[in-house]
Amino acid sequence: MVDGYLGSYALLGVLLLVAAAFFGVAFGANRLLSPARPAEPAGKFETYECGLDPVGGGWAQVHIRYYLYAYLYLLFAVEAVFLFPWAVVYLRQGVPAVMEMAIFVGILALGLLYAWRKRVLVWQ
Amino acid sequence: MKDISLPHLNYAALAPMLILFGVACVGVLVDAFAPRKARYPIQLVVALVGLIAAFVAVVLRAGKVTAENAITAAGAVSVDKPALFLQGTLIVLGAVALLLIGERALERGGPFVAQAAITVGSDADQRQAARESGATEVFPLTIFSLSGMLLFVAANDLLTMFVALEVFSLPLYLLCALARRRRLISQEAALKYFLLGAYASAFFLFGLALLYGFAGGITFAKINESAQNGTGNITLLYAGLALVSIGLLFKAAAVPFHVWTPDVYQGAPTPVTSLMAACTKVAAFGGLLRVLYAGFDRVHWDYSPIIAAIAVLTMLVGSILAVTQTDIKRLLAYSSIANAGYLLVGVLGNSALGLSSVMFYLVAYGFTVIAAFAVITLVRDADGEATHLSRWAGLGRRSPFYATVFTVILLSFAGIPLTSGFTSKFAVFSAAGGGDQSWLVIVGVVSSMILAFPYLRVVVMMWLSEPGEQTPSVSLPGMLTSAALVIGVVITIFVGVAPQPLLHLTSEAANFIR
Amino acid sequence: MQTLIPLLVAIPLASAAILLLGGRLTDRWGHWLGVLAPMASFVLGLIAFFKLADLPVDARAYSTQLWNFIDSGSLHVGFGLLFDPLSAVFVLLITGVGSLIHLYAVGYMSHDEGRRRFFGYFNLFVAAMLLLVLGNNYVMLYLGWEGVGLASYLLISFWYNRNSAATAGKKAFLMNRVGDAGFAIGIFLMFATLGTTQYTEVFAGVAKLSTGTVLMMGLLLLLGACGKSGQFPLQSWLPDAMEGPTPVSALIHAATMVTAGVYLIARSNPIFSANATLQTVVVSVGALTLLIGCVIGCAKDDIKRVLAWSTVSQIGYMFLGVGLGGGAYALAIIHLLAHGFFKANMFLGAGSVMHGMNDQTDIRRFGGLRKYMPVTWLTFMMGWLAIIGIPPLSGFFTKDPIIEAAFNRPGWTGWLFGGVALLGAGLTAFYMTRLFVLTFHGPKRWTEDIEHPHESPWIMTIPLIFLAIGSVVAGFMMKTSVVTWLTPVLDPTGAEDEVHRITNVTGAILSVAITVVGAGIAYMLFRRGTALVEQPAGPVVTAARNNLYADAFNVAVFEKPGNWLTRGLVFLDYRGVDGLVNSLAAIVGGGSGRLRRLQNGFVRSYALSMLTGALLVVGAFLMVRLG
Repeated sequence: MVDGYLGSYALLGVLLLVAAAFFGVAFGANRLLSPARPAEPAGKFETYECGLDPVGGGWAQVHIRYYLYAYLYLLFAVEAVFLFPWAVVYLRQGVPAVMEMAIFVGILALGLLYAWRKRVLVWQ
Repeated sequence: MKDISLPHLNYAALAPMLILFGVACVGVLVDAFAPRKARYPIQLVVALVGLIAAFVAVVLRAGKVTAENAITAAGAVSVDKPALFLQGTLIVLGAVALLLIGERALERGGPFVAQAAITVGSDADQRQAARESGATEVFPLTIFSLSGMLLFVAANDLLTMFVALEVFSLPLYLLCALARRRRLISQEAALKYFLLGAYASAFFLFGLALLYGFAGGITFAKINESAQNGTGNITLLYAGLALVSIGLLFKAAAVPFHVWTPDVYQGAPTPVTSLMAACTKVAAFGGLLRVLYAGFDRVHWDYSPIIAAIAVLTMLVGSILAVTQTDIKRLLAYSSIANAGYLLVGVLGNSALGLSSVMFYLVAYGFTVIAAFAVITLVRDADGEATHLSRWAGLGRRSPFYATVFTVILLSFAGIPLTSGFTSKFAVFSAAGGGDQSWLVIVGVVSSMILAFPYLRVVVMMWLSEPGEQTPSVSLPGMLTSAALVIGVVITIFVGVAPQPLLHLTSEAANFIR
Repeated sequence: MQTLIPLLVAIPLASAAILLLGGRLTDRWGHWLGVLAPMASFVLGLIAFFKLADLPVDARAYSTQLWNFIDSGSLHVGFGLLFDPLSAVFVLLITGVGSLIHLYAVGYMSHDEGRRRFFGYFNLFVAAMLLLVLGNNYVMLYLGWEGVGLASYLLISFWYNRNSAATAGKKAFLMNRVGDAGFAIGIFLMFATLGTTQYTEVFAGVAKLSTGTVLMMGLLLLLGACGKSGQFPLQSWLPDAMEGPTPVSALIHAATMVTAGVYLIARSNPIFSANATLQTVVVSVGALTLLIGCVIGCAKDDIKRVLAWSTVSQIGYMFLGVGLGGGAYALAIIHLLAHGFFKANMFLGAGSVMHGMNDQTDIRRFGGLRKYMPVTWLTFMMGWLAIIGIPPLSGFFTKDPIIEAAFNRPGWTGWLFGGVALLGAGLTAFYMTRLFVLTFHGPKRWTEDIEHPHESPWIMTIPLIFLAIGSVVAGFMMKTSVVTWLTPVLDPTGAEDEVHRITNVTGAILSVAITVVGAGIAYMLFRRGTALVEQPAGPVVTAARNNLYADAFNVAVFEKPGNWLTRGLVFLDYRGVDGLVNSLAAIVGGGSGRLRRLQNGFVRSYALSMLTGALLVVGAFLMVRLG
C-alpha cells in the first residue's frame, strides 16, 4: 500500500472508484438489458407502490420545542463526557480538581437554571 | 500511566477573560431572576462595569508582562503584548458598541425584539412589537462574545483558538437574529451567518487536524519548531495552513470568503453590525496575525504570495462592488471587505512594523466604523432606519450637524489626510512597502481611489441634493448613542491629527510570544 | 533690540487683525487705531535707528532668529529679522511717510463705508512691507513680498463693485505673479546651488558660483523686481493700479511698495555686482523704462495717471542707479527716499484736488485752483519743483548724481545711458509742468456741477505740509549723510574704473538747463489752458496715449496664445484625460454590476463560492510548495 499519513486514505479512494464503477455498470446493464418500452401499470408512480398512502406534505414543521429539549439533553451529555475522565484521572489532584469541576458543573447548571426560569421545562 | 497534573494558571493574566465570562454568567442570572422592569438597567450597568473592570485588568497586566510570564495554562494561552493590546482594543470597542446596543431612546424598547421565537407577522408578534421592550439577553450575549474574542487573540494553540472562535461566533449568530424591525431579513441573515460560519469552522478544524498530523502538536511553538527543523510531512503543513487560514479569512471577510458579509451586515440590527464590523475584525486579524507570525513565521515566503493574491482580490472586489450599492449598510459592508484587504496588505509587511501597523489600523478603523453605524441608527422614519441611499439625499439641509459628522467619517474612510483613515492606510501601506510588497501598495492605492467614489457620492447626495418628501429627519440621539458617536468621531480626528501616541503604543506592543 | 525689531512688524499686524476680525465693533474707533499703529512703529523705528547709529560702523547690523520657519530635509529657513542701515532707512520711510498718509486717509476716507476695512488692509500692508525689508533671508523677503502683493491687490480693488477697479486689481495681481514666479525660481536656484537662502551665506557663496548661474539668478531676481516695481516689460499694471483710493496710490504705488524691486536689487548687490552683463541688463531696463514713463506721461490727461507714469519713470532712474553699481547703489536709495516724499506729497495733493472737485481727475477740467486751494497749491509746487530737480530741492540732489553716474559709465554705453537720463529729465520737466500749470493756473475749465471748490480739512493738509517740507529738505540732508550711513551694506568699491567725463558742476548745469527748457516749453504751451477734448495727433502721441501699446502687446503675445493653449488643454482634458477617466469609471461600474450578480442571496451559492475559493487556496498552497 501507499505509505505516509494520507496513505491509509488510498483504500478509501479505491473504494470510491469501485463504487463509481459499480454504479456505472449497474445502470449501463439496466439500459442494455431492459425492454425498450417498459410497462406502465396504474400506481407505478405513487410514492409507495405498496403500504399506506402518505399523509400531508414532506415539508411538515416540527415544533421548535423539541429543539430546546435536544439542547438541554446536549448540556448534560457534554457534562457527562467531561466527568468521566475527570473521575478517572484528575480526582487524584485533590481539592483544586473538585473545585474546578464544581465551577464547570455550576456553569452548566446556570444554563439549566435559566431554562427553568424561562419556563422552558414546562410543556405548554 | 503517566501522572497528569493540573496546569498552572496565571490568574492575573487570565483576569480580563475571567471577569468578562463571569459578568456574562451574572447577566444570565439577572435575566433569570430580576424582575422584568429592572433587567435593562441592571444588565447595562453590570455589562459596562464588567468591561471597565476587564480593561483595568488589562492595563494592570500590561505593566507587568514579560516574555517569561506571558504564557500560561500549560501553553494554551499567551497573554503577550500584542494580545494585551488587542484585548484592550476589543474591550474599548466592545464598550462603545455596547452603548449603541443599550440605546433605548431612539425607539420604544430599543433595537431588539422581545421574543425572537414568535412567528413573524402573527398576532403575538404584532402585540410584542407594539408593547414589549427588547430582550435583555443581548447584554450577556455581547459579553460572552467579547470574552471569546479576548481568548481568541490570546490563544497559543489551535484548539484553544477553535474553542474561542466558537465562543465568540455563536452569540453573534444569535444577536444577528434579534432585530425588532424587518425581522425576516434579520433571521435570514443570522441563519446564513450560522451556516456559513459553521462551514468555515469545519475548514478550520480540518486544517487543525492536518497540522496536528504534521507537527504532532497543536501549539504554535511546536508547529514553528517542526517547520524550522523540517520534520514532518510538508504537504500536511501547507494543506493545514491553507485550511486554517480559510477559517480565519472567513471571519475577516476576505474574498472569496466574504460572501456572507453584505447580507449579514444589512440584516443584523445596526448596533450588532457595528460590533461585528469593529470587534470581529479586530479578533479575526488578531488571530490571523498570531497564526501567521507566531506559528508559521518560518514559511512566510511560501504563504505570502497567496495571501497577497487574496489581499488584491479583497481590495478590488470590495471597492468595485461598493460602487453600485444603494443601501448604506451594504455599502459599509463592502467597505469593510475592502478594509480587510488593506489590513491583509499590512499583515504582509511581515515584521514588527507590519504587526504594529495592522494593530494601528484596527483601532482607527474600529472607532470610525462604530461612529458610522451610530449615525445610521439615527437616520430613521416611521418604519425604522432609512438605509436606502436615495433617502439620504439632502440630509445636509435637514440635519447639517449629523451630515457633517457623517461626512467626516466618510472622508476618514476615503483616507483624506487629517483623519485616522489616512494615517492608518499610510501605516499599513508603508509597512507593506518596507516588506517589498510595493505592487500591493499600488493596488491598494488604486482600490482606495475606486472606493472614494461611493463615499463621496454619499457626501454629494447629502449636501448637494435638495431634500425630498422622503428624506427622513434625524432622531435626537439618546445619551448612549451620543457618547458612542462623540468617542468615535473624536478618536477618528485625533488619530488623524496626532497619530504619534497610538503609533508609539502599537510599536511598543508589536512582539508575539509563542 | 531683541523685542524692538519684532514689535515693528507685530504692531501693525495686530492692528490689522483687530480691524479685520473685529468687524463692526471697531467701526467707530478703528481708523484711529489704524493711524496709531504705523506711528507706534515709527517711534520704535526711530529708537532702533538711534541705537543702531550708536554702534561702531562695522557692527551696525542686528540679526535675530525668532523661530524655525521651515525645517524640511536640508532646507532650513528661520523666521529671522535683520536690522541694518539699509533696513533702517526703509523702516523709517515706510513708517514715517506711512503714518502721514494714514493720517491723511482718515480725512480722505471719512465718507466711505468701508473705512475700517481700508485701514485694516492698510495696516496689513505696512506690516508686510516692514517684514519685506526686515527679513534676514530671501524666504522672509518673499513672504513680505507676497504680503504686500496681497495688500496691493485688496486695496486696488477696494471699490470692488466698480468694474474698472476689480479689473485693475486682477491685472496687478497677474502681472505681479509673473514677476513673483521669477523671483521664486531665483530663490529655488539659490537653494539648489548654495543650499541656503540666508543673505550672509548667499552673498558669501556667490563668488564660488559659475558666471552663468549668477547671471541666471540675477535675471530671475530682476524679473521679480520688474514685476513689483512696474519696470519694463511688466510696467503696464502700475498706472491702472490708480483705480484704488488715492492714499493707496500715494503709499503703495508711489512711495513704498513699488520701490521693493529697488530694495531687492540693492539688498542683493553682491550678486548683481558680481556680473557685468547682469548690471548692463539692469541699467538697460532702467533707462528704457524711464524713457517709456516720460513719453507716456506727456500724453496723459488724468492727474493720477500722469503721476503714475512719472513713478514708473522715476523708478527707472533708481534701476539705472542700482544697475550702475558701486557708489550708485546709495544714490538710487537716496533718490528712492526723496521720491517717497515728493511723490507721496503730489499724490496726496492730487487727492486733495479731487476731493475738492467732486472726484474729477481730468487735468483739462481743472485750472485756476491756486486761489481756492492755497495749501494744496503750495505743497504741490514743492513736490513739482522737487521732482523736476530745481536746486536746492531734493530731486536736484538725488537725481542729478544718477545722471552724472550714468555719463561716467565706461565705454559708449555711458554716453547712451547718460543721454537717455538727461533727456528723461527734460521730458519730466515738461510733463510735470504741464500737469502743474493746467491744474493750478490758467483759466477755469471746470465742469458745470462744480461751483465752489474748497480746500481740504486740516487732517489732510497737515500731512501735505509735512511731506512738502520733506520734499524740500530731504535731498540736501541725505546727500552725504545717508550715503555714508549706507556704506556698510552697499559697498561703493568697484567705482574706481569709472571714467570722469563730466564733473559735478557741468552735470548740474546741464540738467538744470534742460529742465528749465522743458518746463519753459510746457509753461508757454499750457499757460492759457488746453483743448477740452482729445485732439487728433501724430503717431507718437497716439502711441503714447495708448501706453505705447503695451497692453495690446500683452494681449497679442501672451493673452491670445494663452487662450489658445487653454482651449487646447481643455479639449485634451475633456476628450483625453476625462475620456480615459470616464471609461475607467465605466469599466469599474460595469464590473461592479456583473460581480453583483454573484451576490444572489442564496446560501448554497455562497457555500459553493467558498468551496471553490478554498480549493483554489489549498491548491495554490500545495502548488507553491510542491509544484
